[in-house]
Amino acid sequence: MLRVELYKLIVRPRTWLIIAVLTGLPAVVGILLKVTGVAPRPGTGPPLLAEVLSNGSLFPVAALGLVLPLFLPVAVAMVGGEAVAGEAAGGTLRYLLIRPVSRGYLLLTKLATVSIFVVLAVLVIAGVGFIVGASLFGVHPLATVSGQTVPAQDATLRIFVAVVFAMVSMLGVAAIALFASVLTDSPVGAGLGAIAVLVCSEVLDLLDAAAVLKPYLPTHYWLSFVDIFRFPILWHNVTRGFLIQGVYILIFLGAAWARFSTKDITS
Amino acid sequence: MSAVIETSGLIKHYGTVTAVERLDLEVEEGDLYGFLGPNGSGKSTTVRMLLGLVFPSAGRIRVLGRDMPAEGGAVLPGIGAIVEEPGFYGHLSGARNLALIEAARRDDTRAGRRRRIGDAIDKVGLEGAARRPVKAYSTGMKQRLAIAAVLLRRPRLVILDEPTNGLDPQGIHEIRDLLRELVTHGTTVFLSSHLLGEVELICNRAAIMSDGRLLAQGDVSQLLAPTGRVRVETPDVGAAVELAPSIGGVTVHDRTPSAVVLALDGKAPEELNRVLVEKGVRVRELVIERRRLEDLFLDLTGHQTADRSAPSEGNRDSAAG
Repeated sequence: MLRVELYKLIVRPRTWLIIAVLTGLPAVVGILLKVTGVAPRPGTGPPLLAEVLSNGSLFPVAALGLVLPLFLPVAVAMVGGEAVAGEAAGGTLRYLLIRPVSRGYLLLTKLATVSIFVVLAVLVIAGVGFIVGASLFGVHPLATVSGQTVPAQDATLRIFVAVVFAMVSMLGVAAIALFASVLTDSPVGAGLGAIAVLVCSEVLDLLDAAAVLKPYLPTHYWLSFVDIFRFPILWHNVTRGFLIQGVYILIFLGAAWARFSTKDITS
Repeated sequence: MSAVIETSGLIKHYGTVTAVERLDLEVEEGDLYGFLGPNGSGKSTTVRMLLGLVFPSAGRIRVLGRDMPAEGGAVLPGIGAIVEEPGFYGHLSGARNLALIEAARRDDTRAGRRRRIGDAIDKVGLEGAARRPVKAYSTGMKQRLAIAAVLLRRPRLVILDEPTNGLDPQGIHEIRDLLRELVTHGTTVFLSSHLLGEVELICNRAAIMSDGRLLAQGDVSQLLAPTGRVRVETPDVGAAVELAPSIGGVTVHDRTPSAVVLALDGKAPEELNRVLVEKGVRVRELVIERRRLEDLFLDLTGHQTADRSAPSEGNRDSAAG
């Protein structure tokens, strides 16, 4: 079943189109940086982008920073929203279920497939980011945001943790999208629903009056992976980020399962 | 003979709407069972409940001797079904779609699987199109592919919802033969349809639904029992009508310029024929009148139409169409 779902994911041109666009944007940004040499002023612009000019090995993380606030979550929401609602709209959901595939297993497989898409997208972005960064800016010992130089091994580890952090953040989005996907038979509706949740979260996150809520918003810690490149690492927000995403993943998957396992399939 | 499908007191509400009201169905092993009803009568909801897609509000469903939907995992592998339109992945080929369905099974080698897929595709006559993407298929071809998917499973029970929709007459004929063949090999077929002629032609048992209720269920031959009337085609209609009251108990039910319908009141048709001929009425044709499924259906569902008293070729055509 997972093999079948992965096959469906891989043979879809859409999957690769999304990944191509997701990696294309950072590449273009990299080239612009190289050509103009104009870095965002400190404290503004996408995270870590200024540092990239002096060290290409940070570019994978900067690339993720570029697509993480908007582009990647939208892609994950669309793919996640499509997971079950797409089968319903295409008339294949009922045939899957009488094949038979149990509802819980179908949901798990869909989650695994969306997760693999997330991992694939993040890895490709990071990988292409590394190649682009290394070839344009060269690889140097990593200087942290705080100014110290760290050994290559430590730097690799930090980049790895940052990439994992981005994956987990996106898995939170995937869980929300999957929940939306079992509520409706419209894949676009499900994707937009998940995006709407994220937009609300972003808006509240900008609002001082919502200060109490902020630490619990799904998008609040998305960009906290910058803290991994401080010296010493500021774990507080990173840990909170991991925890919050874990909670969101559990809640929304639980809700998705509760709804899907008792739903009348009339599509 | 054991029950392959058995429902008792089956009820389904959608909010305040009652889709199915206390339904008791019984389908025996080896039946070719016709499940009839107008659109919106609860047929599809019932089919979906049999397959565990829709959960009943109350009542009990047993399929292949087990409870549905609780034991769906054990029941469904024995069922092949088409539920409304076929559902395939349009950008993949017909053969690839079947392979995805087969991939869920672990009980065969790769070569065996390929051969079964090939066989199923041959059986429904899609050899030439197996490598083309399904989105390029016509409605009829998709329907054939769906039937191939059903055959692939070698099911004990086949549940079909309007399987001949979108098929040309040739295709309908082939499906009919296929269903008969399935039944000869011991498969039970549950055929949901609104095509009365089709059901009348091939099914041995039938049920009629309307507004979520079961109106009739039984052997097709019984549902279509003789009406106790004969239709006599003759150029001497006037003489036959005059003669009728003199033959014990026979009354005139209806007459046209070229035929008369006589109610026999227990008299043997051959006896009537003898008397008519002896008295000089030239009988061209004498037919025992049977109810058509269409008549029964329209009677039961309350949609009365004009002149259903006699079977005619025109009637037959419209019912089979």
